[in-house]
Amino acid sequence: MAVGKEIRNKIGIIKNTQKITRAMEMVAASKMRRTKEKMQASRPYSKKMMQIIKHLAHANPEYKHPFLVQREVKRVGLIVISSDRGLCGGLNANLFRKAIAQLIQWEKSEIQVDVCTVGSKASLFFSGLKKLHLLGQAAKLDDTPHLQDIIGIIKIMLDAYCKKSIDELYLVSNEFVNTMTQSPTIEKLLPVCAVGSEQNLGGHWDYIYEPDAKEVLDHLLVRYIESIVYQGLVENNACEQAARMVAMKSASDNAGKLIKELQMIYNKARQAAITQEISEIVAGAAAV
Amino acid sequence: MTMTVHVDIVSAEKEVFSGLAEMITAPAELGEVGITPRHAPFLSRLNPGEVRVKVSDEESHPFFITGGILEVQPHLVTILADTAIRAKDIDEAKALEAKARAEEALSDKSEKVDYADQQAQLAKAIMELKTLDRFRKRGG
Repeated sequence: MAVGKEIRNKIGIIKNTQKITRAMEMVAASKMRRTKEKMQASRPYSKKMMQIIKHLAHANPEYKHPFLVQREVKRVGLIVISSDRGLCGGLNANLFRKAIAQLIQWEKSEIQVDVCTVGSKASLFFSGLKKLHLLGQAAKLDDTPHLQDIIGIIKIMLDAYCKKSIDELYLVSNEFVNTMTQSPTIEKLLPVCAVGSEQNLGGHWDYIYEPDAKEVLDHLLVRYIESIVYQGLVENNACEQAARMVAMKSASDNAGKLIKELQMIYNKARQAAITQEISEIVAGAAAV
Repeated sequence: MTMTVHVDIVSAEKEVFSGLAEMITAPAELGEVGITPRHAPFLSRLNPGEVRVKVSDEESHPFFITGGILEVQPHLVTILADTAIRAKDIDEAKALEAKARAEEALSDKSEKVDYADQQAQLAKAIMELKTLDRFRKRGG
């Protein structure tokens, strides 16, 4: 039947799209479970690391590591963690919006910004901004990121900090609240400051260091930064999968709605055509 | 009553051990250290080797770590290991294989091999085997 061929075509196209989005939804759901496990598995390490750093901030080391010393801020470093692929709802857009708001604030107080990006979406976005200096980028990390993938950019930033070309370092990434909510956060990595100093270990004390304070602290603080950035990365990964799952679910639902509407229009058109034909036949018969 | 101290051993992948212990021995960078409760605050890097957690006179848990950081507070010992496994889980065959591979590569002087890397691998394999050996002798 010639009626509504276009509508039928359209329905076919949307059905195909729906199949794709549904498949993506299921893939994202199973990937999310895995990435979430990974995220939870590495949490104890970074938690303990934070605890040690907190203790350390209460100690009175004879050696002041540059990472522990505040200085006047003229230039800051930013590590932005985004996803590699799109189609995950507003995840990256929300993150970038938050980052831009912070960048504008910095610009007002005439602080310059150096950026390192993780993930293709961030490098695409931040390479388009003119006033920033992109120092490094890591992209095409797969679903199971490894520390060595991001060690490069961490080193760039830490070197810059040691050379005093940046005075503060921030991490911008998504925090996994639950499957439905991911919140973009900006976290200060350097200089390390004691936040939430709930317990005071009391008195004037210091660690016994082996072999010596400088070496141990150098090692420990670099590890600390690495573990935070790595945790941010796995967390962002879980966020990506969760956001994609939700986005694809709503896309499938929308496709379903569209198909229903189009089907209705198609049926109406078909009915109208039949009615018209019958009335023509009847009219023709009456005329004879 | 014997005094105990809380011990946490975590690796980058998971929490390996958490609980009370009477004594902990660990391969600190300048030599093996034994930590008992109320030890002074102490911070050190760890070499690859065996960490032993003595829970009671009868019970102790050996672990193998490939390096990391040891933090001691009077009532809390934290070991941040790069990787940590219970000695029971060390795959002996795998360790032997790694050792053989490293030795072979070391003896093969003609080819360009990263000696430092191979040596590190060899040290790790030997360490794993040693831990396993000790564990066996104790009748594990």
